[in-house]
Amino acid sequence: MENLVIQTEKLSEWVNEVIKKNKVFAPVKETDFSNFKIIDDYSEIDFTYLLPRVPAKKILFKQTETLFLFTPGSKGSVQTKEISDEKLVVFSLRTCDAKTFSILDPVFLGDYADPFYKSRRERSILIGLSCNKPNVNCFCTSFGDSPASSDYVDILLTDLDGKHLVEVVTERGKKFIDNYKKFFTSASKEDLDSKKKVEEQAIKGITRTMKLEGIPEKLDKMFEHPIWYENAMKCIGCGTCTFVCPTCHCFDMQDESTLREGARVRVWDYCMNPEYTHHASGHNPRPARMNRVRNRIFHKFNYYPINDNIVGCTGCGRCIDYCSVNIDVIDIINKIGEAES
Amino acid sequence: MTKNSEGTFEIQNPYQPLLAKVVKITNEVDGARAIKTYKLVFQDEETKINFSFIPGQFVMVSVFGKGESTFAISSSSTQKDYIEISVMKHGKNTAALHELEEGDIVGVRGPYGNTFDVKGWEGKNIILIGGGIGQAPLRSVLNYILDNRDKYGTLDVIYGARTSSDICYKEEFAELEKRDDVNVHLSIDVEEEGWNNYVGFVPNNLMEVKPSSENAIAITCGPPIMIEYVIQNLLKLGFTEKQIYTTLEMRMKCGIGICGRCNIGNLYVCKDGPVFSYEQLKGLQGDM
Repeated sequence: MENLVIQTEKLSEWVNEVIKKNKVFAPVKETDFSNFKIIDDYSEIDFTYLLPRVPAKKILFKQTETLFLFTPGSKGSVQTKEISDEKLVVFSLRTCDAKTFSILDPVFLGDYADPFYKSRRERSILIGLSCNKPNVNCFCTSFGDSPASSDYVDILLTDLDGKHLVEVVTERGKKFIDNYKKFFTSASKEDLDSKKKVEEQAIKGITRTMKLEGIPEKLDKMFEHPIWYENAMKCIGCGTCTFVCPTCHCFDMQDESTLREGARVRVWDYCMNPEYTHHASGHNPRPARMNRVRNRIFHKFNYYPINDNIVGCTGCGRCIDYCSVNIDVIDIINKIGEAES
Repeated sequence: MTKNSEGTFEIQNPYQPLLAKVVKITNEVDGARAIKTYKLVFQDEETKINFSFIPGQFVMVSVFGKGESTFAISSSSTQKDYIEISVMKHGKNTAALHELEEGDIVGVRGPYGNTFDVKGWEGKNIILIGGGIGQAPLRSVLNYILDNRDKYGTLDVIYGARTSSDICYKEEFAELEKRDDVNVHLSIDVEEEGWNNYVGFVPNNLMEVKPSSENAIAITCGPPIMIEYVIQNLLKLGFTEKQIYTTLEMRMKCGIGICGRCNIGNLYVCKDGPVFSYEQLKGLQGDM
């Protein structure tokens, strides 16, 4: 839509200006990793990070969310939870985290719109930052995406050493950037060429490939395949893969209350937990780890493509990075590709 | 979405239940697996008038502070102004429901899920095959048909429970047995003194009754193992896959296809079900 440039030394001024009117989330260093946090000043941002540990989904789909308030007991009543109209900015999103929302939109904005997600989605600006040096387990390119993709953000920044290219992608991004015109100049053809170089270099840095062709269809015939027992053998059911996954969206709803007041709270849940599907009757449709690992892979690589025409994985590689027993989703999918169905 | 005076938004929140008063509680079954039926009336006049559903659908019912669970609506949509649910005491929320007294308040969300095609089945002979608390969704169909009796053919109700004291809706079955436009076939699993009906499992009773598959629809609900054998026997009796319907249950939280847990394959029981024909069920690949 519009290509601009900002001098890197001006970046802090611009971001601090943005902070004045918006709630800005950006990666902040926490001991040995980064996480998205609300920042009060540009200096808090950690630019050394590859990926924040918990994906940006947590900004629009919070780990705990009060759904409504109530008076507990058998004479109870309910009280609506008001939703704020605060403007949100997610700053420094990588492609894989930005794509999250394209995958979660059909879930949260489907037949029944989730009012909390919807509201935050509508009042947030996604500002991406191209990945110049991808991680060892990055594989966004397997989905046809690029570490410098502008497809899923409103505005994309690319570090061109000394200045940042600012690609204004959406109408919403344009309206936003127009408030801060003084920080930007028009981008030249050289700037765009430099970005291309940076992008090519980054793509070269991605060494792992998930061979996705034909996988969703092939899975249709592989529900009963012995490969699932093999894949689940190592799993300890800790659920880490689900919490660090940008597209996992399962949740539980719990009543939290004192004698006089209470709230129904939504919390992230994880399908790796046997309790997750455990009926009150004692019956459990997914009693073994095999069932649960299989369901998770099917959900992302078969059910998502069938229901929403998109693969439920962005290639961020977090589940590989953080799995305590080295289960590797790329290996699983590639093995499926090679297996006789 | 409307902006209120404080500058915040109020959006229709599908997670927030409406209040309903428990106007009547019926003890169906006593003991460790006690069942009670609750008649609920919405507190808000507008909802009371506008709430509509079709047999097969379910509601999420809360006792505030205890939790929320899924229940088939067991009353018929022809009975206006109230809904009924039947609750077996099993977990935290159902135990709390069993503590309630008439006049108490619960939260209700719904109706959710797909429906039995009661309109499309007009003119057909209907066979309802239930076991235990599984009769709840079938009762909705049963009462719907009884309220539109001239629109349907013959009506057979095959129902079984572990013992005679485990039979749900006892008084209603007694009333039904007096009618000549319904055939009731009750069973219990083990012989008991004074029991004059069939002794044995529901799928076996079905083979005794031998309903004709001609122009018929069979709907079954009960424990998973019962459903499995009932379907096998229906097929033996010549029913086609399109003539057999069941309603499934899964653990649910949101009821609206977002929270992720009630899937069988790529379908969510909460929004793509809970009603499935055997034709659909057979093609489903997933953990049940």
